[in-house]
Amino acid sequence: MIATLWWVLLIGATLIFLFVAGLIVWAWRRPPGEVSERRFVVWLGLAFPITVLVALLGYGLVVGERLLPRAGPEVVEVRAEARQWEWRFGYADAPGRETENLLHIPAARPVDVAITSIDVIHSFWVPRLAGKLDAVPGHVNVLRIEADRPGRYEGLSAEFNGVGYRDHRFTVIAHDAEGWQTFLQGETP
Amino acid sequence: MNALRRHRALSRIWASDPGLRGWFTTVNHTDLGRMFLAVAVFFFVVGGILAMLIRAQLASPRSAFLGPDHYNQVLTMHGTIMMFLFAIPLFEGLAVYLLPKMLGTRDLAFPRLTAYGFWCYVFGGAMMVFSLLAGVAPDSGWFMYPPLSSTIGAPGINPDFWLIGITFVEISAISAAVEITVTVLRYRAPGMSLSKMPIFAWYALVTAVMILTGFPPLILGSILLELERAFGMPFFQVAAGGDALLWQHLFWLFGHPEVYIIFLPAAGAISTILPVMARTTLMGYGWIVAAAVSLGVLSFGLWVHHMFTTGIPHMGLAFFSAASTLVAVPTAVQIFAWIGTLSKGRPSLHLPMLWLLAFFATFVIGGLTGVMVAIVPFDWQAHDTYFIVAHLHYVLIGGFVFPMLAALYYWMPHFTGRKTYFKLGNTAFWLVFFGFHGTFLLLHWAGLLGMRRRIDTYEAGQGWEAINLIASISGFVMAIGFALVLIDVVINAVVAIRGSRDPWKAGTLEWAMPTPSAPYNFASLPHVTSRDPLYDDPELPVRLARGEGYLGDPGRARRETISVEIASGAPRYITVFPGNTALPMLMSAITGLFFLGMLLKTYWLVPISASGVIACALYWVWSLGGTTREGPLPVGRGPDLLTAAETADPPGWWGSIFLLLANGTFFGSLLFGYVFLWTIAPNWPPPNFAEPGLGIGLTALAGAALTALGTRWRPGAALLFAAPGLVALAVTGVMTLMLVPDPTAHAYDATLWVLIGYGLLHQPWHS
Repeated sequence: MIATLWWVLLIGATLIFLFVAGLIVWAWRRPPGEVSERRFVVWLGLAFPITVLVALLGYGLVVGERLLPRAGPEVVEVRAEARQWEWRFGYADAPGRETENLLHIPAARPVDVAITSIDVIHSFWVPRLAGKLDAVPGHVNVLRIEADRPGRYEGLSAEFNGVGYRDHRFTVIAHDAEGWQTFLQGETP
Repeated sequence: MNALRRHRALSRIWASDPGLRGWFTTVNHTDLGRMFLAVAVFFFVVGGILAMLIRAQLASPRSAFLGPDHYNQVLTMHGTIMMFLFAIPLFEGLAVYLLPKMLGTRDLAFPRLTAYGFWCYVFGGAMMVFSLLAGVAPDSGWFMYPPLSSTIGAPGINPDFWLIGITFVEISAISAAVEITVTVLRYRAPGMSLSKMPIFAWYALVTAVMILTGFPPLILGSILLELERAFGMPFFQVAAGGDALLWQHLFWLFGHPEVYIIFLPAAGAISTILPVMARTTLMGYGWIVAAAVSLGVLSFGLWVHHMFTTGIPHMGLAFFSAASTLVAVPTAVQIFAWIGTLSKGRPSLHLPMLWLLAFFATFVIGGLTGVMVAIVPFDWQAHDTYFIVAHLHYVLIGGFVFPMLAALYYWMPHFTGRKTYFKLGNTAFWLVFFGFHGTFLLLHWAGLLGMRRRIDTYEAGQGWEAINLIASISGFVMAIGFALVLIDVVINAVVAIRGSRDPWKAGTLEWAMPTPSAPYNFASLPHVTSRDPLYDDPELPVRLARGEGYLGDPGRARRETISVEIASGAPRYITVFPGNTALPMLMSAITGLFFLGMLLKTYWLVPISASGVIACALYWVWSLGGTTREGPLPVGRGPDLLTAAETADPPGWWGSIFLLLANGTFFGSLLFGYVFLWTIAPNWPPPNFAEPGLGIGLTALAGAALTALGTRWRPGAALLFAAPGLVALAVTGVMTLMLVPDPTAHAYDATLWVLIGYGLLHQPWHS
């Protein structure tokens, strides 16, 4: 969905850019003489951007709304706690279980990650699964992620956090249903 | 009196001191404008060298050129220097140099304040450069997010340099802003109503008011963070009732208007230069003024778009997303008005125009990627990646540096009085243009491939190597281009031949004087009847030199100009300017000691230097102003006028009003911080509230009543009622402070301390 959004944005932006560039070339070659101020300022300056922006905003809002976490029986809850320069993960379905720099989730099920930090501000980002959300000390932010199929996904800290920033990463492992049960029972699959 | 003798007489009155001494005692706007511009360019070079270090480091994967420690310093200082020590001061320098000339007056409203601001900028900037050379430069990113920039993340002195140095430099921004606002409103040629002002003055006015309302939140944030670092007052520490997000709100309350504070002056330069290059007049003057004003207003409503990933509720996001895309509308109005101007004129491809075309190509792309990141779901992916780095450089270099280079080549004949003779500038243009796009166009893609901002190096095999290598090589090409621009400027300034007075055939007043300009600007002040006085009357410069305008008679042997009615531009009174003095530099040096005392934690220095500043300020105010009544004086044309000292609203009154605007915004930000902590910070309410007893309440009430009575009733009562009233209020403050013994216990206690401190600091000035 975000990929589609990106292509819409890119194609739209390219068209607008070419339009403006063409207009400048036209303005340059046109013989001097009065032109309609109304046409430039009111139609091109006001009406044109307002139309484009309203359409775009509506589209962005719909996409954003669909990405929001919603309650449901299928939803798995995990906890991510950041510190300089490490991630610790906890699991609602396996109390007491804690993993470092390795987040286990079931594939094909929505997962809510409750993100927080115990020192400075960090940001939780798994580029292939969802956008990023900050880990702010004292606050808990919830991010909905979902992996379509089992596998390993790279995770990153995406908020500058000092000298260890570059290597502040983690890995997300998405299990199939069987592997997820094995993990919850305390074995490392 | 002929023109030459008038020139000599006026020069004697207005000239700066000769030789080296003149550098330190000048209060002349032409000198100080040039000095501002030169120092800003120096910092551009420093920031540019840091950028080259960054590109050298990132040219190849796993580079060992800079370690993360040094890389973080270089990165932080690149952003900090370009924003605070280059972009803002460059605008100030340009406005200081140009405004009085464009407005047809002889100097800015407060010449000594110009000098004070300049020296604060130089001393504060020197502090920052020192930290860089000593290897203890700030390293928490130019946005300085706590807790990373607080004692938890950075126990060393590094962030203190930022918090204290930048606050020091901001004094110059605030003084320049007060100066510009009052100058544009009151110091214009007689007859120049608001609707006849050159368009650049409108932009400068909007920008200056934005500085007055945009900088106070950051100054407050810096003070709070420094209080936390130095004295443990926990404004941003969540465990003790603070909240790290408070900083982000204060910072971006400043930081987003800042983007437009940088863009608007550039847009002002474009609106001035483009019509001249197209040999026509600006299309839609009124629309453009409206667009500039609405950009100024809107930009205060969208600071949250820098915080889309901090966990703001979704409806909040939708609101700020809408506001963020909305700013594209006034920007579009300006862009299309400029294109319309081109189409009705006959554009010619001089060097300034070439830079303006580069502006169009670059800024439009930056604007479009800006709309993209205003769409929240896309921002969640692009945030904090190289996509943003690329976007912001398209906007800032395309939207500020390119127009400023157009401005440089446009006004260079004015700065130097010479023809642009050598054509190095064209080569430099193509190097910078292609170097820029080579550096940043592909970096959008690196960002989408997941390259994060601010990483000090990266692993091979992620598809980023080629992009980064191309970016680094192009970066160096761009740097060579900028170096050529500098060489071009120096050569042309030194060896080119004398040029004609108005080489571009422009219509605005800055070209109605011999170049380089005399210290008094105009031998006599014009009477303006349209936006382009030189088009109406090409002989105007000669007539002004002959003394046919206002104040052409230097007989009173003092620096005089005319102040006008705000809206109509009708002449109101004569302002007498102060002469050369080293007082501003001395006062800013003592101000520097105050900040140095804070920085080095030698706190005994703080009260001493504060008293020094107050003493200087008192001498400053006392040393000017008439002691005798002169009555109405002749000004050469029209009715006789009083001097400013004999009127009810002298310039100082207006300056105070705008300084109070900044002060009020500061207090408003403080209240915002209080309410924010109260409602959002997790560890509230505090364990105990201060509970003022009946005694404190009554004292406060009595104090307030007495003070109000004393200041409003009649002059004789002031001392009788107001003095005990003020004492009672001060006692209230101290008693409340005693209720809160420990400001480090909870953010609530710390906030009370700051609120009461603010109140006590304002006590003595109230009457």
